[in-house]
Parts: sequence; structure tokens; C-alpha cells
Amino acid sequence: MAGLAPSVAAPFTRSSPHVRRRQLVDALATGIMTLCAAAAVLVLLLILIFVTLNGLPALNLAFFIERPLPQGEAGGGVAPAILGTIEMLAVAAIIGVPIGMSTAIYLTEYGRGPFARLVSFLIDLIAGLPSIVIGVFVWAWLVRHVVGHYNGFAGGVALAIIMIPIVTRTVEETLRLVPDPLREASLGLGIARWKTILKIVLPTARAGIITGVVLSIARAGGETAPLLLTALGNQFFSVDLLQPVAALPVQIYNYARSPYEDWQVKAWGAALILIMLIGSLSLLSRWAATRRLGK
Amino acid sequence: MIARDTPSDAQPKTTTPPPTGLGQAPPAAAVDEANGVPGPSIVVRDLNAWYGARQAVAGVGLQIAPRQVTAIIGPSGCGKSTLIRCLNRMHEVTPTARAAGSVELNGVNIYGEGVDPVQVRRVVGMVFQKPNPFPMMTIFENVVAGLLLQGGALRRELEEIAEQALRQAALWDEVKDVWRKASGASLSGGQQQRLCIARTLAVRPEVILMDEPCSALDPIATYRIEELIGQLKRDFTIAIVTHNMQQASRVSDFTAFMLAEEDHIGRLVEFGPTSNIFTNPTERRTEDYITGRFG
Repeated sequence: MAGLAPSVAAPFTRSSPHVRRRQLVDALATGIMTLCAAAAVLVLLLILIFVTLNGLPALNLAFFIERPLPQGEAGGGVAPAILGTIEMLAVAAIIGVPIGMSTAIYLTEYGRGPFARLVSFLIDLIAGLPSIVIGVFVWAWLVRHVVGHYNGFAGGVALAIIMIPIVTRTVEETLRLVPDPLREASLGLGIARWKTILKIVLPTARAGIITGVVLSIARAGGETAPLLLTALGNQFFSVDLLQPVAALPVQIYNYARSPYEDWQVKAWGAALILIMLIGSLSLLSRWAATRRLGK
Repeated sequence: MIARDTPSDAQPKTTTPPPTGLGQAPPAAAVDEANGVPGPSIVVRDLNAWYGARQAVAGVGLQIAPRQVTAIIGPSGCGKSTLIRCLNRMHEVTPTARAAGSVELNGVNIYGEGVDPVQVRRVVGMVFQKPNPFPMMTIFENVVAGLLLQGGALRRELEEIAEQALRQAALWDEVKDVWRKASGASLSGGQQQRLCIARTLAVRPEVILMDEPCSALDPIATYRIEELIGQLKRDFTIAIVTHNMQQASRVSDFTAFMLAEEDHIGRLVEFGPTSNIFTNPTERRTEDYITGRFG
């Protein structure tokens, strides 16, 4: 075989104006997109730095273990809000995760036809509801009618309603990524459908499911509006779900809009704790998702 | 449960020719009871299959002889995969797919009233085109997955069954040092396919369906699978779909040739002992296909 004649090779090396222009456009487009990506990350970074710088002065041991003190008294902390947030998120997860996961399993593994399309549409609708509307609904239902006053359970239910569409959508996406040949392999072995889903499909999608659940918890953990209308907040230690319960976002809201500088610093501190709480949840999920199931 | 012990004299000796008149009734050679060969394991009569409104297979009738290898050949889109998936009711797993007709397994129509497809698949196992071991399971867990998830298996028996299945699938020597720890996904493509065969054997089916089991494998891995098929037919009845005519002529005792013509509906053109089909086909279209004139 003869090598490429110079006349054939030339077009690959010669840079005509046309080729130059294409290379320039390519470089420009790459540059713009890199810049946009950097800008997105920069915003996040700025928030983190800003909250850390402002919140750090508020942090001390008392801030984590003491209850808020009235204005004018030095010290005190946001411990009831930390506990309350964890408690209500637990209630929300206990209600929201099973419902969200079951809906996702229904939609991917069983649902066909008009009813499945309706469910899918409604899930999108709930996801699009402003959280204050969910708060008003739960307030009218659980606060006004069932319990009669503000209570932590209503807060948990409101957060659960926020979690359900997030869990459903993320788990649904993950389940759709599980290749059909795996389902067929299992069915082909004479394994019943429900067992195929439980023992083959769900474990295969484990990492994505955990990520979805944690994402929804993180999302709900930062919600303020529905909690103002349901759990209300509490300056005292109270884990009674039928009484008002404190929550970090509500605490931040109350502190931040106060005229007192001491409280404003505490708002930054509480915001930093909320970020750390949600950040550690994310890290935990990453660790859990990448760890192999084997013993 | 499928009756396994239906007396062979209850079997029909010939199948009705497809109403289209395209297919030949299988020759009596498939059921040579005079020579003490038992009746067919599977008798297919007038089988039709659809995907939604589109018909993919029409009027297929053939017999699958016990402890023999029956190959189904034909060009792409001729419905051979659809046909084989109808033999253990895997076809209907695909959304909107359905089948009609009769597939008698040891004299029981698996499309009859009250037949549980899950039970059918325990008697008629399946190996798929692409190796599909369960990725989150070890080799051992993969092999016994069917038994474990069907329920009722004794754990202490599992190791013995797994070892036997791996030996039968000619994989034991390659994995005996790592089979408890290594993931099924860590094996090579050919090994994975033999693992999938071992997984099918562990359930102890009577019939094994193979849907182009070598199409994703290199020639050496293909050779090993073919060799394995030759050994397995001592204990199992095998039906194999293949694109590869040489493979069909090497491994099979009977061959069915399918073709979809202008209407894109797959029909059986010719069925008979492999030697006849390849050396002395009665149909012109069979001869054209096996001599490479089309397809």
C-alpha cells in the first residue's frame, strides 16, 4: 500500500478560512459553556462562604445544646429547632418515602393506560404546587380541624407532601435505568413479578433510590412556609408532636427578621447548621450508595 | 403446576399444518415412537403472536423433541425470537404483547385456562441474547438466585446445587476459587453467558430456550457454548434461536426455518431434521436462504 500522496494529505493540514472559522466558533462555544458552569458553582461557593463567615461567630457549644433565650439575655442556642427539624423530617420520611416509592414502582413496573398517566400528571402537579399552598391546606385540615392548634405532626405531613413527588420522580427515573434484560432474566427463572421487583430491581437501583430519598429529605428540610402555618415553632424543648414544634428554617426566619443584631448573627449560625445538617445527609447517602451490599 | 408425567401415548403424532399453507407439517421423524423415542416435549399448534396491533408470528406449528436440539433460523424480523419467547410465556412480559394458539408442554397447553406463567418458566428456562447476570450478586448468588427467590430451597443444599450447575455449565474450573466472593459482572462475556446457563440449570428445568445465546460473544466463547449445548442435550431439551446457519447445522438435530415476507408477519416455512433442511430442503425459499441468496 502506498502512503497518502501529498495532494491527498494536504486538505487535512492546510487551514483554510473556513476551517479557521469553525475552530474559532468551537473554542468560543466551549469557553462560554465553561464560564456558565463556573458561574453556577461560584454562586454556590459564595453562599457557602458567606454563610460560614457570618454564622461562625454564633457557633459555640451552647448554641447546639441550649434553648433560645429572650432578647436581651446573652447566650442561648437553637437546640429545640435542631431536634424539631430532625423529628419532623423523620415523620415526613416515614409517611412520604413509602408512598413516593410505591408510586414510582407502580408507574415503572405496573402502570399502563389512563390511570397511570393520570397519576403521573398529578405527581407533576403536586411537585409544582407552591409550598405555602401545601401549608395552607395542611393548616386547614390538621391544624384547624383535626388537632385544633398548631402541631408538629401537621408540619411532618406538610413536609411529606413536599417529599412525595421528589421521591417518586427520582426513584422512577432510577428504576427506568434498570435494564429490562435483568427483569426478564429473573422472570425467566420462574421468579414471581413482585419478588423480581423486590429482590432484583430495587437492589440494582439502590444507589439511585438512596440519593432520591436523601434529596427529598434535604429539600423538605429547608422548607419554611408550610412550617410557619403548621408546626409554628417553639422556644422551648418539646418533642410532643401534638404541640407546636421548633424547626431550623422557622428559627432562621424569626431571627433574621428581628431588629436585634445578636439575633441576626444567630440566624446566620442557624443557617450554617442547617447547611451542615443537609450536607452531612448528602455525604452519608453517597457513602451508603457506593458501599457494596455484600457482607 | 405443569404435569410432568403425561404418558407419551397421549401425544398427537402430527401437528396440523399452518392454515396459511406455508409450513410443512413436521415429519413423523420427530416422533419416532416405533424406535422407542418418546413423544415431543413441546407441541406448538397454530401459534400467533402480536405486539399491540401488529402481528409478528402467524400460524406456526412444530414439535420440539425431547433431549434433542431444535434450531430456529431465519433472517432478522422473521419472528423467531418472538416464537421462542412464546414457548415459556415470556412473550407476554413485553407491554402490549400477546399470543394465541396452543403450546403443549408434556401434553398440557401452557396457554390454557388457569396455567400460571411463573410455574411454566420453572419448567421451561431461558437464556437470553446478551449475558445478563444480576450485577449486585456474587457468582454463587447468581447461580442459586432462581431457587432462592422461588422460595422453598434449603440453604445448605444450595452450595451443592450451585457447584453442580457450574460444572454442568462448564464454568466450574474457571471460577471455583472466586465463586463465593466475585461479582457475576466481573466475568468475561462468554463466562457470563455460561453463568446465565448455570443459573438456568440450577432451577432444574426440562426445557431450555436459548435466544441467540452467542450473538454477543467472540468465536472462542461461541465455540465453548456450542460444545456445552452438545453436552446439555443429554439431560435437557433445547430450542435455540440463531442467526448463524453454521451454528444451527453444527448444534441442532432439527431445524425450523422462518420467514417474514411482504406482510412482515413471520411464518414457518420448513421444519425437519437438520440434515434434511441443510442438504435437501423441500422449499425453494429455504434453499435460497441457506445458500445465502438472501437474508
